[in-house]
Amino acid sequence: MREEAGKEGAEASGQRPGDLDPATRTSVLRQAWSVGIATGAYGISFGALGVASGLSVAQTCALSLLMFTGGSQFAFVGVIGAGGTGVAAIATATLLGIRNGLYGLQVSEFLHDRGWRRGVAAHLTIDESTAVGIAQPTVRASQLGFWQTGIAVFVFWNLFTLLGAWLGNALGDPRRWGLDAAAAAAFVALLWPRLHSRDAAATAVVAVVLTVAVAPWAPAGIPVLIAAFAAVAVGLWPRAAARDDDSTGGEVAP
Amino acid sequence: MSLWFTVLAACALAFVTKLAGHYVPSAKLEGRRMRRVTALLPVALLTSLVVIQTFAASGGGFTVDARIVGLAAAVIALLLRAPFIVVVIIGAAVAAGLRALGWN
Repeated sequence: MREEAGKEGAEASGQRPGDLDPATRTSVLRQAWSVGIATGAYGISFGALGVASGLSVAQTCALSLLMFTGGSQFAFVGVIGAGGTGVAAIATATLLGIRNGLYGLQVSEFLHDRGWRRGVAAHLTIDESTAVGIAQPTVRASQLGFWQTGIAVFVFWNLFTLLGAWLGNALGDPRRWGLDAAAAAAFVALLWPRLHSRDAAATAVVAVVLTVAVAPWAPAGIPVLIAAFAAVAVGLWPRAAARDDDSTGGEVAP
Repeated sequence: MSLWFTVLAACALAFVTKLAGHYVPSAKLEGRRMRRVTALLPVALLTSLVVIQTFAASGGGFTVDARIVGLAAAVIALLLRAPFIVVVIIGAAVAAGLRALGWN
């Protein structure tokens, strides 16, 4: 795995946190805060939906502050708003949050925080912070990308949740500003540099098939979870294993 | 079960799930196959998120609207090696422009 080797190589060469070159640092910060703003702006729709589903402004804001994982939050207020039980709302939100546990496995490989900082890192472990963190070429850039994206999304997500809860739907549709398309563009931009191997391309194809097959009938958030099995299928595929064994790795492009 | 209790219980479980991922012993990830799976995981999840974010209809199911054109513009920007922020702005601007012109 070239990526991992590269990260460890960067560490072994004695890079310190301050050693991140300015160009890389600027690039990481730009990614982190543009993802943070694009994603956080969706907090408006969550805030409005939360209040519309019968939660108070305080309860809606508590979800963004304490649950802090958009898919689970939308699912939670969706079940409550549709008249579902508390247990159903908790179960749906928790099931959708399982992927954050998978993200934790990934990011703890490059985050080396201990104590309370580890708890904060766990709280910030979501789609966006994980994606930006993993997409970076070195350990230090990954750490910066994870923390900055997590903080940026947290700040904007909570501000816009409060705004949305206050103003409700009167403020208008984020779609009008193309923010839904901005999120799609951000995800594809994060995906792009990771598609440079046959395994990655195969994983993407299987993920598309799984998502398209499941999305029409599964509740929001579930298709993404099921698409994770694309990585399991391709990663455990015997042919891929054989190819990996007679090479020095490098099937994962940085 | 009060609504506040439900909200806080769901939040607590969300945090425990996140924390569990951070505390799984890294030895569990040492196998080559396991490492390959975890390395491919973001490809699978991001691909799925692109599909959902582009095609998911608000009422469930799939729909084709201005987002697909925004995504296409973003991909063209990526092919032209545009920086990340430009890709995101182009995706949003194209979709917003189409909607301003009346195409959903």
